[in-house]
Amino acid sequence: MSVGIVMLVHTALGRAEQVARHWSAAGCPLVIHADVSVPRQTYNAFVKALSDLPNVQFSKRHRCEWGTWGLVAASQAASQLMLDSFPDVRHVYLASGSCLPLRPVEELIDYLENRPHTDFIESATTADVPWTIGGLDSERFTLRFPFSWRKHRYLFDKYVSIQRALGMKRRIPGGIVPHMGSQWWCLTRQTLSAILSDPERATFDRYFSKVWIPDESYFQTLARQYSRQIESRSLTLSKFDYQGKPHIFYDDHLQLLRRSDCFVARKIWPHANRLYDAFLTDAAHAMKKTEPNPGKIDRIFAKAVERRTRGRPGLYMQSRFPVETRENGLTSAQYSVFQGFSALFENFESWLARATGTRVHGHLFAPERAEFCDGQTVMNGALSDSAALRDYNPRAFLASLIWNTRGERQCFQFGPRDNQAVNWDIAKDPNAQISVISGAWAVPLFKSNQNFSDIRREAARLQQIESKHLEILRSSWTKARVRIWTMAEFIEAPMEPLQTIIDEIGPQQNMRGLAEVPKMADLTGFGQFLQNLKNQGMHPYLMGNFPVARDPMEPPGNKRKPYLVR
Amino acid sequence: MQQPQDISQRIGTAAMAYRLRWKRRRLLARALRKRRQLSEVRNRTDQIKPDAILCFATVRNERVRLPWFLDHHRKLGVDHFLFVDNASDDGTAEYLLQQPDTSLWRTPHSYRLSRFGVDWLTWLQIRYGHGHWCLTLDADEVFIYPFHDTRPLRALTEWLDMKEITSFGALMLDMYPKGPLDAHPYEAGTDPFEILSWFDGGNHMIQKQKKLENLWIQGGPRARVFFAENPRRAPTMGKVPLVKWDRRYAYVSSTHSLLPRHLNHVYDDQGGEKTSGILLHTKFLHMIAEKSAEEKLRGEHFANSSLYADYYDSLTRNPDLWCECSTRLISWRQLEAMGLMSRGTWL
Repeated sequence: MSVGIVMLVHTALGRAEQVARHWSAAGCPLVIHADVSVPRQTYNAFVKALSDLPNVQFSKRHRCEWGTWGLVAASQAASQLMLDSFPDVRHVYLASGSCLPLRPVEELIDYLENRPHTDFIESATTADVPWTIGGLDSERFTLRFPFSWRKHRYLFDKYVSIQRALGMKRRIPGGIVPHMGSQWWCLTRQTLSAILSDPERATFDRYFSKVWIPDESYFQTLARQYSRQIESRSLTLSKFDYQGKPHIFYDDHLQLLRRSDCFVARKIWPHANRLYDAFLTDAAHAMKKTEPNPGKIDRIFAKAVERRTRGRPGLYMQSRFPVETRENGLTSAQYSVFQGFSALFENFESWLARATGTRVHGHLFAPERAEFCDGQTVMNGALSDSAALRDYNPRAFLASLIWNTRGERQCFQFGPRDNQAVNWDIAKDPNAQISVISGAWAVPLFKSNQNFSDIRREAARLQQIESKHLEILRSSWTKARVRIWTMAEFIEAPMEPLQTIIDEIGPQQNMRGLAEVPKMADLTGFGQFLQNLKNQGMHPYLMGNFPVARDPMEPPGNKRKPYLVR
Repeated sequence: MQQPQDISQRIGTAAMAYRLRWKRRRLLARALRKRRQLSEVRNRTDQIKPDAILCFATVRNERVRLPWFLDHHRKLGVDHFLFVDNASDDGTAEYLLQQPDTSLWRTPHSYRLSRFGVDWLTWLQIRYGHGHWCLTLDADEVFIYPFHDTRPLRALTEWLDMKEITSFGALMLDMYPKGPLDAHPYEAGTDPFEILSWFDGGNHMIQKQKKLENLWIQGGPRARVFFAENPRRAPTMGKVPLVKWDRRYAYVSSTHSLLPRHLNHVYDDQGGEKTSGILLHTKFLHMIAEKSAEEKLRGEHFANSSLYADYYDSLTRNPDLWCECSTRLISWRQLEAMGLMSRGTWL
């Protein structure tokens, strides 16, 4: 009782020969099928090179183009020859020239010996599998595919849409339910011979020869008819990327392949000398009676597909530059934008840094320079504080800052004096937490020592800018978490909003509550200041209603008290 | 409602495609004319096998950089180098003649008028590059890609072939020393990144160019130090150095962009990452100050060189490009993790 290897080869015949010798030395008979496209001379040399092996046969050559019937025809012919020439063979293992046995062949033989009636073939109905490259799943079995997908893509697509439009459907031969799965299988003599000598084989062959990618469905479907026991998995480790192209294994995958405990892997890069040396000569490799465990490799490769299709959000580079709406988020991590807070509170930035343990910057988009925290002139990633560089591409500036500081939350101040070019980008970024005290820009003006006519002009300008910004923040496109208070509203009960914002930033502060409160600017006379602006013909409205007669927050006759910790 | 706009858009696209086709033809015709400026010094192109990977470069006084340049790219698996020597007087030509896998042409003509050497190389690519994977570099560029230490270039090109990808993008990463540029003399043949071991890790700015659909990447230490007040003039850092060449292709400006423009699509615009590499830039070795003074006089490196007088002057003064937030080069895995290049699905 032994395992026979059916090997389909088309390139890198030197490697195929090496692997064939390895199988043969372990006592496995081989039937080799070489693609018709292999030049006659090369083929003859290949046959000659293997002529010293007693248990190797060559089957009739077919043209094996990807996704066509030829691959099935080749497998059929070679399997038939295998069953006929080597009556001892119990399991037939379909492999390719770029397959590499990872474990000693004896282990495979033992493994199959212990499971004499099991067919290892991945086989699932179309409804249950996600691998549908090219958008065709059940239609693989109901349409006709006379044109090559690789060579005549246009005709292929057109013919599919014509059939769809006309509602043309093929009849699936009676009694079978189409199944799909990896083309690399290992079947028992009983199952395989039943498939090959089925009285209806001609019907099935005719049907499957027009199915798309029949090598992934012919044996997978028919094995279901005859098998006593199907293990729906392939013994060959073989991974595909999101375009259906096989992943290739290189020298640096040695450890990964070792740990997989799989019997055979494909596809191996023909020049991966280290892999071939390690796995073909390493017979002393300890016998491990373990089940194949491709889980780890699966995870790594699934991650790669994710990297290719979704990328690393918030990263912009020479090979990832998503169009708008495809970014999966403008930035890579959450951050907070505070507008008006540093105007209203005297020590807001240092207080916030202490309260949340995050990196708190000043006005990053200030007209003079990017005010990084602690007065730094460069930030992580050598991001410069130059206003000109920042304003050249403010979106890139913000994305870079957040990307470069991954793992540490960033907070920064914003205001109507700052460059407003990123307003839309921030508003549309789900990672942004934006808190605005509208009209608080008036406080520095109130405190300033400028001529009142200048103050009036500046106030009008800032109010106009901020109201435009608020319009953006309130638009239906906004995805950021936005909170807006008028200044009057905010100072009535400042602790509650502050607590909410901080809770959202970091859960670690939840327990303690705010141990310390920021110091609010002295607003005595602010109401009168606003009234003066009004008297000059300007209409300050973003800050809400401040009574002129008395100071805000002050019960008549009482001195202002500091806020208390609750 | 949408149809009229659609049609006008389509017409616009078709018109642009048509204009670019003529532009490409003009570039090819130009290269054909400029071939007369080249004189063959040593032609070993008969060594080139059908699947050989080729490297093209225009050089001028690069005797010091070349040993490492050749060594590195040979190890990657470049089979043949095709050089144009633009009037070197430091022994560059003599050195290249000793190399067994190198063909050499010489020209005394203007580098600027040859579109910074591209016209000459385009001719050589028409003549020898057709059907080959071609790496077009400057002598101060060292090409790396994910897994370059364990997988030869051929592994990459075969994989690209399988995926039917014909061009491969790279970011030019300016490498610099800590301290004044001339403080660490470099010895030919040694690893330049022992000296130039620092880089700017995350200050690049990208815009998509409408016309050629390539990415215009700027940033790095030069933008930070020399062009902080005038970022528009900061050097372009995105390149497409590796292309499965066809004789109808042409680089447009240096190797930043090509025609036909589908070759510029080395980036994914649907959120994913394509596989990409890095050109480690060894410009800032100790020779830079001297060379900058010379380049300023020659005015051969920018289309409007006078605008860059300050830049050359600053370089001549041996500035320190290093800053607190510079990153030290450790490995390609570090660069990949930082997002300066990507392995895409090439695992």
